[in-house]
Amino acid sequence: MKRIVYREWRIPSARYWSILGILAAVAGLATLAFGYMEHTGHWVSGMNNSVVWGLPHVFAVFLIITASGALNVASIGTVFHKPIYKPLGRLSGLLAVALLMGGLLVLVMDLGRPERLIVAMTHYNFSSIFAWNIFLYTGFMVIVIAYLWTMADRQGQPFNQSVGILAFVWRLALTTGTGAIFGFLVARQAYDAAILAPMFVVMSFAYGLATFMLVLLFAFDEEGRPIGQKMLRRLKNLLGIFVAGALYFNLVYHLTNLYVTKNDGLESWLLLHGGIYTLMFWVGWVLIGGLLPLGIIYHPVLNKDRNWIVAACALVVVGGLATMYVIIIGSQSYPIQMFPGQTILESGFFDGVNGQQAAYHPTIPELLLGLGGVAIGLIITVVGVRVLQFMPESLADDVVALDEETLSQEAFVTPS
Amino acid sequence: MKDDHQAITDGIDQGRRYFLIAGATAAAVAPAVLLQTVTAASQATPVTSDVRWGLLIDTAKCMEGCTACIDACCHENGLDLQRPPGGEATSKWAGQQAVWMRKIKLQDNQTGRVTSLPMMCQHCEEPPCMDVCPTGASFKRADGIVMVDRHLCIGCRYCMMACPYKARSFIHQEMHGQLTRVPRGKGCVESCNLCVHRRDHGEDSTACVDACAAEGHHAIIFGDLKNPESRISQTLRELPSRQIREDLTLNTGVRYSGV
Repeated sequence: MKRIVYREWRIPSARYWSILGILAAVAGLATLAFGYMEHTGHWVSGMNNSVVWGLPHVFAVFLIITASGALNVASIGTVFHKPIYKPLGRLSGLLAVALLMGGLLVLVMDLGRPERLIVAMTHYNFSSIFAWNIFLYTGFMVIVIAYLWTMADRQGQPFNQSVGILAFVWRLALTTGTGAIFGFLVARQAYDAAILAPMFVVMSFAYGLATFMLVLLFAFDEEGRPIGQKMLRRLKNLLGIFVAGALYFNLVYHLTNLYVTKNDGLESWLLLHGGIYTLMFWVGWVLIGGLLPLGIIYHPVLNKDRNWIVAACALVVVGGLATMYVIIIGSQSYPIQMFPGQTILESGFFDGVNGQQAAYHPTIPELLLGLGGVAIGLIITVVGVRVLQFMPESLADDVVALDEETLSQEAFVTPS
Repeated sequence: MKDDHQAITDGIDQGRRYFLIAGATAAAVAPAVLLQTVTAASQATPVTSDVRWGLLIDTAKCMEGCTACIDACCHENGLDLQRPPGGEATSKWAGQQAVWMRKIKLQDNQTGRVTSLPMMCQHCEEPPCMDVCPTGASFKRADGIVMVDRHLCIGCRYCMMACPYKARSFIHQEMHGQLTRVPRGKGCVESCNLCVHRRDHGEDSTACVDACAAEGHHAIIFGDLKNPESRISQTLRELPSRQIREDLTLNTGVRYSGV
């Protein structure tokens, strides 16, 4: 094992600026979309009084939980003492802060009165999990920046372990809080479930790691930095466990609902008759976000191919967005059951006449706003790795720490 | 010298003129201001928890097809002043315009019995909308009325996610020609406030109650749930009634009979 050397991202200037230019263009379009929606009012979006949170929230929540998941790689190195992950810690921290920033911006830009953000920062109602999240999110950024300092500065080194543990506990609280935004809602049947909080934590592990791997592999490929099989194997195995974990929680959530008779209507709607939401659930959440990546990761041949690993990560991200779409929009689309045992024949406010789901058609400005959050997250990451030493020069097999998984074999090799 | 004298004379004249104008204006306005202050004194009295306002809806008296209560609510609270933004499709606008009160027609799956009733904010004692509001804009008055402080609402719509009765609306469009008593602004959330302006003027009914009575149906009773002598309390003692989604134990201020 050699000494880990961190270096700025030294891709050719033209390449760097073109990447930044594309991202800035997306962020610029998102700014225009924001201006348009705020100026005219939300009527230009697909959101309405039945589906009150739309596509921007899908992106925002995805980015927020992905941010906390991206920090896991650093936590595994610091908190769980896995030396092979240590060189990845800095990039992990940077990505976590960047994605959280992107997600929060989308959330704020979609407010009905974004100019009143100062009100949200000066008036707190502590019975609201939203108010708590304001502290959890800002606290996360401060702690992770401190964590980065302990990783990068010799003076901060002694605090690395303690700040790392704090960051790990905080990120668990943050994702629990994000899951609780939905889990605490008694009004809607698909929410109102404590399991949503841990489910969001496990999903954040999967989405965060998949996004981290995509960024890492792209950045290393662009500059020709080596990543050895040892590192790739560890990362993709971990991703497999996280994806399987997320699927497990999904299964338990639906089995519980299926067991409880009052939720039969919801489950038969979502699993069989929900139209786009049923499609998103089976094809997006289960197949693309779960079974396909698992198939690649545990395939004896494909899992050794770097491109297939990239494909598995991309599938997890796409599946993650579909999952958020089902959880956030699908759950609102299913009518609130105000009168159990009765059918609503007529309503002046779309109360689910004859069980009909609420309509929601996402619009281009909403999509642009959501993509803008992704772009902001990536801009911060790209600029960060360009100007500061966030990435190790090499992750080749002879550079990274000994792989404990194969330690038993190596330890028993007879010296020649 | 003559110019200087002229200037001084003008100056004195101007000053006197302003003084007289100001004096006359003050004399004309002061009584109005004082009168206003005197009138406002009753409105400025803090709301107390000695009362809890509520509604009782007798679905047996609620006529199918009658929308008098809704029309009156829309008129009273300026909801009929909403116009679809230019270029907006009618079907989309229907889902985006603010609605405080709507009629629902139900059929029992077992018996086939059909019921018609108005739905609005249920003015819960433990309102989920108030719990989730990050800024405290969603609040409950001491007299039990649940409403939104439009100066604190940031338009996050979390209260709409949390309301078990789908009672809240978001203002999706720019507003013009509003009523002074019910101001509304783009980007905020609102819902039925039991005609709170009437409470503050000491009136003892709501627009929907008056309209229903004018139609001769008398299906809605408004009153103080805490006063055992009030008509609503007396009727509640006689008539079997229930809360919608009573499993949530929110202790709603709006009760239904015959559902």
